[in-house]
Amino acid sequence: MSGHYESSYREPLILGEKSYHDITEDIARPIEGKANKNWYIAFYIALAAMLWGFGCIFYTVGTGIGVWGLSKNIGWAWDITNFVWWVGIGHAGTLISAVLLLFRQKWRMAINRSAEAMTIFAVFQAGLFPIIHMGRPWNGYWVLPIPNQFGSLWVNFNSPLLWDVFAISTYLSVSLVFWWTGLLPDFATIRDRAVKPFQKKIYALLSFGWSGRAKDWQRFEEVSLVLAGLATPLVLSVHTIVSFDFATSVNPGWHSTIFPPYFVAGAIFSGFAMVQTLLGVMRKVTNMEAYITRLHIEYMNIVIILTGGIVAVAYATEFFIAWYTGSPYENYTYLSFGAEAGAYGWAFWSLMIFNIIIPQILWIKKLRRSFIVSFLVSIAINIGMWFERFDIIAIVLSKGQLPSTWWRFEPTFIDVGIFIGTIGFFFVLFLLYARTFPVIPTAEIKTILKSSGENYKKLRDENNEH
Amino acid sequence: MSTNKVIHAIYNDDDILMDAVKKVRGAHHHIEEVYTPFPVHGLDKALGLAPTRLAITAFLYGITGTSVAAWLTWYTMIADWPQDIGGKPSFSWIENMPAFVPILFELTVFFAAHLMVITFYMRSRIWPFKEAENPDPRTTDDHFLMEIPVHDNEDELTSLLESTGAVEIKVVDKH
Repeated sequence: MSGHYESSYREPLILGEKSYHDITEDIARPIEGKANKNWYIAFYIALAAMLWGFGCIFYTVGTGIGVWGLSKNIGWAWDITNFVWWVGIGHAGTLISAVLLLFRQKWRMAINRSAEAMTIFAVFQAGLFPIIHMGRPWNGYWVLPIPNQFGSLWVNFNSPLLWDVFAISTYLSVSLVFWWTGLLPDFATIRDRAVKPFQKKIYALLSFGWSGRAKDWQRFEEVSLVLAGLATPLVLSVHTIVSFDFATSVNPGWHSTIFPPYFVAGAIFSGFAMVQTLLGVMRKVTNMEAYITRLHIEYMNIVIILTGGIVAVAYATEFFIAWYTGSPYENYTYLSFGAEAGAYGWAFWSLMIFNIIIPQILWIKKLRRSFIVSFLVSIAINIGMWFERFDIIAIVLSKGQLPSTWWRFEPTFIDVGIFIGTIGFFFVLFLLYARTFPVIPTAEIKTILKSSGENYKKLRDENNEH
Repeated sequence: MSTNKVIHAIYNDDDILMDAVKKVRGAHHHIEEVYTPFPVHGLDKALGLAPTRLAITAFLYGITGTSVAAWLTWYTMIADWPQDIGGKPSFSWIENMPAFVPILFELTVFFAAHLMVITFYMRSRIWPFKEAENPDPRTTDDHFLMEIPVHDNEDELTSLLESTGAVEIKVVDKH
């Protein structure tokens, strides 16, 4: 056991008396068992929300973008807010699976599968908004550089919107492949345990015939490492490019060089909050308390404090610079005295309270190790980060340089309906995932059992092995 | 005896397996294959497997992606239909290149990631509808299986494997 030494000062990552077989059992149980009533209630609520959202999408496409609360001055508002919000949420998954892999953070193993699932499902929701906003989504393929009958009239590679197309599609497809490759050995575990022939067939198909040869594992680990190395700059580039949508425009409040790092930090901040929200519930529902522990919650909260701090400094910088320029236009940006006192003062204060003030309670160790406090704070951050994007877009656009164009954005019920629909769609996917996929990387977590399992650590302490 | 006979020695602990692999190789027997439920650290070295070259392929695929992106932006924006967009005319690729950096980067990652994973799937022979080849279903749970070809030395091998702590030893005909 000497090869598995880990300091006894480190808290165990796997609680209880677990063997390799126990881990398999624990992770396979939600898949092989029947769903309880709570799962069905949650699923039907999410399904209803999703269908409502689809109805609103069909109405938008059938009638036109005019059914949204937009005008010629505010050409995008609620939809692009949701787009940026969902993309940001996705970032935590890649951060956990890629960046923490490069930093050899073993605690990521308990949460990376679900966080990556969240990434993929969130990017699906994000992708819906630009496509619906096209108004004629059947022409959506025009964003691709395909020879066409207009000349060929090519796409404009100078435009950040086109960079977005490339960034988001690379991000989605690479995340999906990264996730699926990691899933292969775990699908194989479910396949080899399955007793029902149909279940065996399905998991045999999903596992791509994974057999677990020594050479396969050698390649698997190399591929994981290289994918992590590729996904790390990729995830930073995606939100950087999303921020370019704003930063490259000549609009006071948007034309800001700190947007890329500030958006990336905000994305990780909101993504970790969503991971906390989802896992806070999932660890209970799927009985994963032994794997997703207080320590995991605390580590995630530490990341939230760090990235939340970066976001707070960015807000302060924006606010100070807006005031310091003395430019009257800057007094109408989303972080200014004008915004605070203006018609959107409530949105300004929602941003400050949910994003900056409430998360500060996580400095207290007792609170950041509490499941319920983490859950409530994560909900607050989810709301706060939505307001950040709403403020950036709606407040800035509502006060253009020409006062006669000033206009106040009000969402219609279609705007709200599509947003609720994407939340429903997201939870439909996540709930189905939690019932059919191994929610913890079974193979990977077994590699840390001997070093970080509670019973093994205890055994080492008793034998005084150092 | 026919040469397609193999011994399947099953272990229930990764540390015992590692010691066994070293012992069996020390006794100059050829280990055909080892099936494990999770990556056992150092097993590839103990088995004498050559390091994988997948990372090198990823690099080559990556520079292919960069080149494709460079060609695509040059052809569409400069050569085929140069336009003056927002007062930023398209004279030469090198002058407009800063605007193409995001595309150069994204396509590099896209090519490197996807082609490397496809290479991995092809090399390890995993794809949809592929039949699994692990001889025992427990090797994806908590057991480790070592496969050794038999050449008229069945008894000797069996006693050697027993001494390494195998929990189960089976002689099977491999088709």
